[in-house]
Amino acid sequence: MPEPLLQTVALHGGYGGKPVLQGVDIAVNEGEIVAIIGRNGVGKSTLMKTLIGLLPSQSGSVRVRGQPVDGLSAHRRARLGIGYVPQGRDVFPRMTVLENLLVGQSISGRTLEGKLAEVHHHFPILRERAGQRAGTLSGGQQQQLAIGRVLMGGPSLVLLDEPSEGIQPNIVQSIARIMVDLNAKSGLGVVFVEQNIDMIRAMAQRCYVMDKGRITAALTRADLDDQDRIRSYLSV
Amino acid sequence: MDYAIVVALEMVRAVAWLVLLAAGLAIIFGMMRVINFAHGEFLMLGGYTVVVSTGAGVNEWVAILLLAPLVVGLFGVVVERLVIRQLYGRMLDSLLATWGLSMLMIGGVTLIFGNTVQGVATPFGGVRIGTYQMPIYNFVLIFFAAAILLAVWAVLKFTRAGLIARATMQNPNMAETLGIRTTLVYMATFGIGSAVTGLAGGLLAPVTGVVPAMGASLVGQSFITVITGGAAVITGTLSSATILGTISQGTTFWAGPVYGDAALLVVALILLRILPQGITGRIFKRAL
Repeated sequence: MPEPLLQTVALHGGYGGKPVLQGVDIAVNEGEIVAIIGRNGVGKSTLMKTLIGLLPSQSGSVRVRGQPVDGLSAHRRARLGIGYVPQGRDVFPRMTVLENLLVGQSISGRTLEGKLAEVHHHFPILRERAGQRAGTLSGGQQQQLAIGRVLMGGPSLVLLDEPSEGIQPNIVQSIARIMVDLNAKSGLGVVFVEQNIDMIRAMAQRCYVMDKGRITAALTRADLDDQDRIRSYLSV
Repeated sequence: MDYAIVVALEMVRAVAWLVLLAAGLAIIFGMMRVINFAHGEFLMLGGYTVVVSTGAGVNEWVAILLLAPLVVGLFGVVVERLVIRQLYGRMLDSLLATWGLSMLMIGGVTLIFGNTVQGVATPFGGVRIGTYQMPIYNFVLIFFAAAILLAVWAVLKFTRAGLIARATMQNPNMAETLGIRTTLVYMATFGIGSAVTGLAGGLLAPVTGVVPAMGASLVGQSFITVITGGAAVITGTLSSATILGTISQGTTFWAGPVYGDAALLVVALILLRILPQGITGRIFKRAL
């Protein structure tokens, strides 16, 4: 049994004081698409930030291919192949679409041959709008740019924080389809935080349920077809 | 006619002067939101580098264009590592720390070189414009002010390093998660800002003379130019230097230098009352 690509062990973390994360244990294998669902304020975004290293692990650990990365800053984790698309996208607003994509190549420090063409193939809008300032794109276009930007670095796993937030449904569906496609073709792993049932069902192969800073249930693909059960985890 | 040419040239020189004083500070403030209160002393250090090295027989141009930026740039890197790095995101703390640094530098330089004005020979002579005489060195200042702005613009716009610097400036956390070592970007930015300040100090030395406390008289104009310009490094510096330089120099011709300095302050006050984020906070928002 190979080491999981990404794993947390009794992970505690948060913004100082009382930790938001109260012992999170998840394991994601190479090439999996895993959803983390739960109500607002249970610590999903905090978990994502702690995984990439924008927040420190207070105790427990985050492991990449079995190696603890808690002492590594975010850029070192990114260079281990972990991509991060934050809630709210965070495109660089005063840079063009193309420039945003080029920043995504900083991970390797060199130009990955054919990456730009690949990203443009998946997100044609990014080619059409190449010279436009990213801050003037619509929410859905910014989300595609943020995902395209992280793909430019050729990650093995992408962390998506609420990819459907504030985006019209047809774009949500197309983003879900592209992620599934990338996963099938190149084995890209995805961990995503989501409350949108359609997106969860369209993308996830399995699912963790989070509540009060802990993982309270692990769902299989079959469980995801039980709509009422999923709703009960998401609704207040 | 000759008088009009002289007035126009003097106005351009005043703009160039402000650009030189402010460029390094604008890079550091615009990119890192750090207020370097020791900016005046960085200029002074550039000046002393020229005095000491020309005294040791180094060619004056080598001293001004090479040694001054090199020495002050390296000094900036050391300061960033030892002081600034500990205080990111704490603007007031970094302001106090660099203020302390400025006093330390004044004291140190006074201890070594004494509290006397050291002159540097002004290269070239003068040029006649009708009945008026103007130092050729003015054109050197104008040339380098333009060259600095152009170089910074080209680096930010066209190079990979510039791309990374702009990304870090707009959203450091996001840049970090894309694999950019932001601490290194900050160190390099502070070093480059310091080097530009060193170059400016070297260029100004023949005009101002060099004395340990010279920074105090220059730092005011530097800060006013940067704050009036706002966050955009190039457009901000250029627009505020143009407005402040022409108005203060125009007033100087009309009523004398004291009124010129006063006019600069009054215009800066009015501009900041109307545009609290600086010129580029409202206008040219998208420019570099």
